[in-house]
Amino acid sequence: MPPGYKRTPLYTAHVSASARMVPFAGWEMPISFPSGIIAEHRAVRSSAGIFDVSHMGRLELRGAMAGAFLDTVLTADIPRLTEGRARYTFVLREDGGILDDCIIYKLKPERFLLICNASRRDEVVAWLVERFPYPPPQFIDRTEGTVMIACQGPAARDLVVGLLDSDVDELMPYSNKEMDVGGRRILVARTGYTGEDGMEIIAPGEMSTLLWERLRQKGATPCGLGARDTLRLEAGLRLYGQDMDTSTNPLEAGLERFVEFSKASFIGREALLNTRERGVARKLVGLEILGRSIPRHGYAILSDGQPVGAVASGSYAPTLDKNIAMGYVPTGLSAPGTKLWVDIRGKPVEAVVAHMPFYSRTRPLAPAGR
Amino acid sequence: MNVYPSDLKYSKEHEWVRLGNDGAAEVGITQFAQEQLGDVVYIDLPAVGAHIEQFKKMGEIESVKAVSEVFAPVSGEVMAINQELVQTPEAVNKDPYGKGWMVRVRLKDKGEAARLMDARAYQEMLGKAKH
Repeated sequence: MPPGYKRTPLYTAHVSASARMVPFAGWEMPISFPSGIIAEHRAVRSSAGIFDVSHMGRLELRGAMAGAFLDTVLTADIPRLTEGRARYTFVLREDGGILDDCIIYKLKPERFLLICNASRRDEVVAWLVERFPYPPPQFIDRTEGTVMIACQGPAARDLVVGLLDSDVDELMPYSNKEMDVGGRRILVARTGYTGEDGMEIIAPGEMSTLLWERLRQKGATPCGLGARDTLRLEAGLRLYGQDMDTSTNPLEAGLERFVEFSKASFIGREALLNTRERGVARKLVGLEILGRSIPRHGYAILSDGQPVGAVASGSYAPTLDKNIAMGYVPTGLSAPGTKLWVDIRGKPVEAVVAHMPFYSRTRPLAPAGR
Repeated sequence: MNVYPSDLKYSKEHEWVRLGNDGAAEVGITQFAQEQLGDVVYIDLPAVGAHIEQFKKMGEIESVKAVSEVFAPVSGEVMAINQELVQTPEAVNKDPYGKGWMVRVRLKDKGEAARLMDARAYQEMLGKAKH
C-alpha cells in the first residue's frame, strides 16, 4: 500500500480476518473477505452483512444558525426535517453541478450530522468552512474519532437490537436515534446503501472492535467494498465519482425528487430551474446487458454503431445473475426498452434500457404485533 | 491441495501448463491468479481448432471486480476447451488445476516449455512480486 493512506479503527480486525485491502479515496479499505464478493452479496440479500464505512465523512454542525445554514447549501428542506430524521440530499455548485451527495441527519433541534463521501470530504469541508462563519465547536469533522458500521439485510434489525440496551422498533426508515451499548452512547440510523433494510451505527472509535465482533458473532457476514458496489448497483443507487460528479446535475442523474424546488433559495437552484425548463439533454439510465461480458466504467454506449454515451457503473449482478450497468445516454434514447449496445473492449454487445432499480426488496414488514 | 503443484510449468502471467506424454498439454490459471481475480463469472476461450501462440492473448476472464487477459503459455492448436468451465466459471476459483482447466493444446514446439518456470521458480517470483 502506498504511504499516507488512512486506516479505520477496524483496520487490524480486517487484516486479521485476511481481508483483501485496497487503496480507496485515501483510505486502506477491505474490498472483500476470503468468502468473496458474491458470497458477501448473497449474505446481505438473504441474512445480514456488516460493512466498515468509517471512511465516509461525518461532519457535525451545531448551533442556532446550523439549520438555516444547511438549508442554503443542501437541496433538502431543512426546516421541515424533524428531529431524529434523515434525508438523502445534494451539495450543489452554483451551476447545479453535484459537489457531493450526502445524508443529513437531524440529531437535535440545533445539531446536525452530514455524511459525505470519503472521496469528497476535503471538498465538502472546504465548501462548508468557507460559507459557515462559525468555528468549532459549531463545526467539527468527526470522521477520524469515530467508527461507522453498516449492518444490512433482512436480519440486520434483529442483530442490531441484540446489541443495544434499548429497542429500535420505533426507528423508521431514514430515522436516527442515540442509544446505549453498555452505557456508551452510539448513534443508530435506519439507513444504508444496499437496497435492504438495515442500520448504520456511528460510535466512538474505541468501540469499533466490540461492535464489529458482536455483530459478527451473531451471524453477520463481514463484507467489503466490492459487495457494497454490486449491492448498490442492483438497487439503482448512484455512486459519486462514477454516476455523478461536478459535471452532472441531479436532473440528469434522475434524482430530481431529492431537490426541494419549493425552497426559496439554495446554492444551485437557479441553474437547476433553468435546466428543468430547457429539459436535460442526457439522462442516467439502467442497462441490462444481453451478453455475458461485463460493462465497466467508461465503456462507450452505442446506438446505430455510433457512440452516444458511456457506462457510469457496471457489474455482474449476483442476485439477478445478469450483467447490468448505469450510463448516460441522450434523453431521446432513455426510454425503457430502447435497444442499445455497449462497446466491450471492441466488441459491441447488445443492451436494453431497463427500469431501475434493477432489484427491489418487498417493503419491510412492520415490527411484529404492530 | 498443493497451491503450486510441482508437475506443472508456470508463466510470468500466472498461467500453468500440464504437459502430457502425447505432445498435448492442458492450460489454466494459477491459484495466485484466481485469488487476485476473486469471483470469476465469465471466461472467453479460443475456439477448438484455433492456433494459440506462446505469450500472446488467448482469452479473457471476467471476475466481479475486474477483467483480465489470459495469455497462452505455449503455442499450438486448441484440441478442446473445457465446456463445463464455460458453464460454471467459478470452478476456476475452487479448483484452478483440476476442474478449472481451460484448454487442451496440441503443442507446436515442446521446447517452448523451457521458457516457463517450475513451481519453485514461480513461487520465488510471487514472493518477489509481493514485496
